[in-house]
Amino acid sequence: MRTSTRRSRRLSALAVAAALTTGLLAGCAEDSDDPSGSNEGGGNANGKTTLTVGTFGVFGYKQAGLYDEYMKLHPDITIKENVTTRTDVYWPKTLTRLQAGSGTDDIQAIEVGNVTEAVQTQGDKFVDLGKDVDKSQWLDWKNAQATTADGKLIGLGTDIGPMAICYRKDLFQKAGLETDRTKLAEQWKGDWGKYVDLGKQYMEKAPKGTKFVDSASSVYNAVLNGESERYYDKDGNVVWDKSAGVKKAWNVSMEVATSDMSAKLKQFDKPWDQGYANGTFATVACPAWMIGYIQEKSGDSGKGKWDVAAAPTASNWGGSFIGVPTASKHQKEAVELAKWLTAPEQQAKVFAKQASFPSTPSAYSGLKPATETQAFFSDAPITEIFSASAETIPTQIFGVKDQPINTAINDIGILQVEQKGASPDEGWDAASEEIKDVLGQ
Amino acid sequence: MTSSKQALAHPASSAEAASGDEPGAAGGAHGRGTPPPGTTSWRSRLYRWDMKASPYAFIAPFFIVFGAFSLVPLLYTAWYSLHNVQLSDLDNQKWAGLDNYQNLLSSDFFWNALGNTFTIGVISTVPQLMMAIGLAHLLNYRLRGSTVWRVVMLTPYATSVAAATLVFVLLYSWDGGAINWALGGIGIDPVNWRESDWGSQFAVSSIVIWRWTGYNALIYLAAMQAIPSDLYESASIDGANRWQQFIHVTIPQLRPTILFTVVVSTIGATQLFGEPLLFGGVSGSKGGSDHQYQTLGLYMYDQGWIIGNLGKASAIAWSMFLILVIVAVINLVFTRRLRKSQ
Repeated sequence: MRTSTRRSRRLSALAVAAALTTGLLAGCAEDSDDPSGSNEGGGNANGKTTLTVGTFGVFGYKQAGLYDEYMKLHPDITIKENVTTRTDVYWPKTLTRLQAGSGTDDIQAIEVGNVTEAVQTQGDKFVDLGKDVDKSQWLDWKNAQATTADGKLIGLGTDIGPMAICYRKDLFQKAGLETDRTKLAEQWKGDWGKYVDLGKQYMEKAPKGTKFVDSASSVYNAVLNGESERYYDKDGNVVWDKSAGVKKAWNVSMEVATSDMSAKLKQFDKPWDQGYANGTFATVACPAWMIGYIQEKSGDSGKGKWDVAAAPTASNWGGSFIGVPTASKHQKEAVELAKWLTAPEQQAKVFAKQASFPSTPSAYSGLKPATETQAFFSDAPITEIFSASAETIPTQIFGVKDQPINTAINDIGILQVEQKGASPDEGWDAASEEIKDVLGQ
Repeated sequence: MTSSKQALAHPASSAEAASGDEPGAAGGAHGRGTPPPGTTSWRSRLYRWDMKASPYAFIAPFFIVFGAFSLVPLLYTAWYSLHNVQLSDLDNQKWAGLDNYQNLLSSDFFWNALGNTFTIGVISTVPQLMMAIGLAHLLNYRLRGSTVWRVVMLTPYATSVAAATLVFVLLYSWDGGAINWALGGIGIDPVNWRESDWGSQFAVSSIVIWRWTGYNALIYLAAMQAIPSDLYESASIDGANRWQQFIHVTIPQLRPTILFTVVVSTIGATQLFGEPLLFGGVSGSKGGSDHQYQTLGLYMYDQGWIIGNLGKASAIAWSMFLILVIVAVINLVFTRRLRKSQ
């Protein structure tokens, strides 16, 4: 009797332990198998195929209602978006999954800063999209960025980042500066130095608590992205310390960092967001994708006060691609979706919602931003300004470690000068040290 | 033959076994309380098996999971640390010997991170534990609604690192943060909490202190309540006041607990990662523009996942492991001494 109760108790304990372990294992299995598991045999219980789209940040597809539209057109397809907001989390995760050959989404977004790394190291992990699409839809340089040495197109261009200057008309007026967007653009045309000079003028009569620009980094990136040679030369050698483009951008940004015209904020940080809401800076280098961001962060307080003027030089900041990993179990369906999402008509729809600028020129004629956006930016002809910039953007050369090098210069070099009061030479040296570490030298 | 063997194996039952004519095995078995011979059915064998095997079955889940998710990665990391591996090209591993470790020893960034880990560890652990003892001492008095106080103490610990850090980032914000605003109120210039060397380390430490003080206080409180009250009684008969009782009764009695919390906090401080990462905001893995609060954990993350140099990151991981082993050894020596002195 006693033994039997003891044994039964032991048995039940064993059962609990077993249940826990299986539960644990099932949990794991569910986790890793979910995307592919539901794909087994081409569909789930409802006979539907689930396609997953992995992105970082806001791509505007969901916002512009593209997923819903596609699902209506294709009743057998369900689309799920997996967003990882931080790029520095998204990309390493995607890299490891690509190489493991599992866990990837059916469509993966690739940022322009990472696309060279993807082309050079992950070429065989992506489906060649070149055969399935009409490549002439895209800007040539956009295609070139995602094409491997043997001519494989691993990603379709989504948006690009033609740049303008967004400025607070009301603050300019208070500081006694020109407020008309065409005349302003004329004043700084062709030379970022003139833009900095205007900043000095602004600071003489600046409204209390405001600065001319959000950060020296913003100016650095704006200038650098107008240069074709950045950190690598076209043979793939690292030339960051000799590059004329880097030097030019560095010098202009140093002029900003050592003056008092910068609000000294770090882009995409919380205080930067607050800077928009509180109107603490008067200008910001403004790639097309920034339009939506400003609108969101400034809220009603900025409505009608912002305006857009052409930047001193045409440049491209950012933009992405979407590719289909070979690990996807639904390559055919995923390629179809990727084609559809990046087609000119859809890119125009995203622009209408999010102002992300299309990488397909045939979309340009019909571009129309949302009336809301237009009102927010004082009825500026956003479409024309960005189109004009897009047409003269130089082809930029990227390299494998572009992203970490850029981070080193911005978040070590420039930040030290701007926030810690280091001299420009000290800042440059610190960035050099960092880049040596990045390159493993 | 049999009986002598039995006698060797079971000296206690040897007399009984030697005196009787019965086979020794029976006597020996009797002595151990197992069923007598002849009835050795599959049932009793099963029972014996059950006795032997069940504990292993029960502990197996932990060890299987530990093996799969801790031991294998640990060894794999060691393998990686001896190779040149890039995150973007995992299959291409070039043997590098101890290059990665040599590289670390000659790297300013590594020593800087090690130093930061140490200083942040000290300025977060020391005040934290001292405050925790003080709080525990206060909570040990008879209080109205003592459970409420104890629950409140534990709340910061239950908050996620991310949520807590985000709030602290706003508080420490250089431009318009509550702390600089308060400092301004008493005439002190605003401090750039994120970019100044000591300011940033202090700020990171304060997040750690805020989160862990209550947790440690509750551990101390539990230990305090286990101290026999007659010790206090006799102390008060001897004329010791509250403070003297605290110093001469409470603290010595708490010694093993204090040691435990010191060890746990030291391990936590060595692995400090989430707070500085999130405190840094975008590109937080750099630990500030001058790496002024880059801890070893952050440096490892930066090397491995941002820069993509997995070999070097693995070497950092193993260095951290070795540092923790050293900490454990020092702890062992201290514990031994403590035991001897008692």
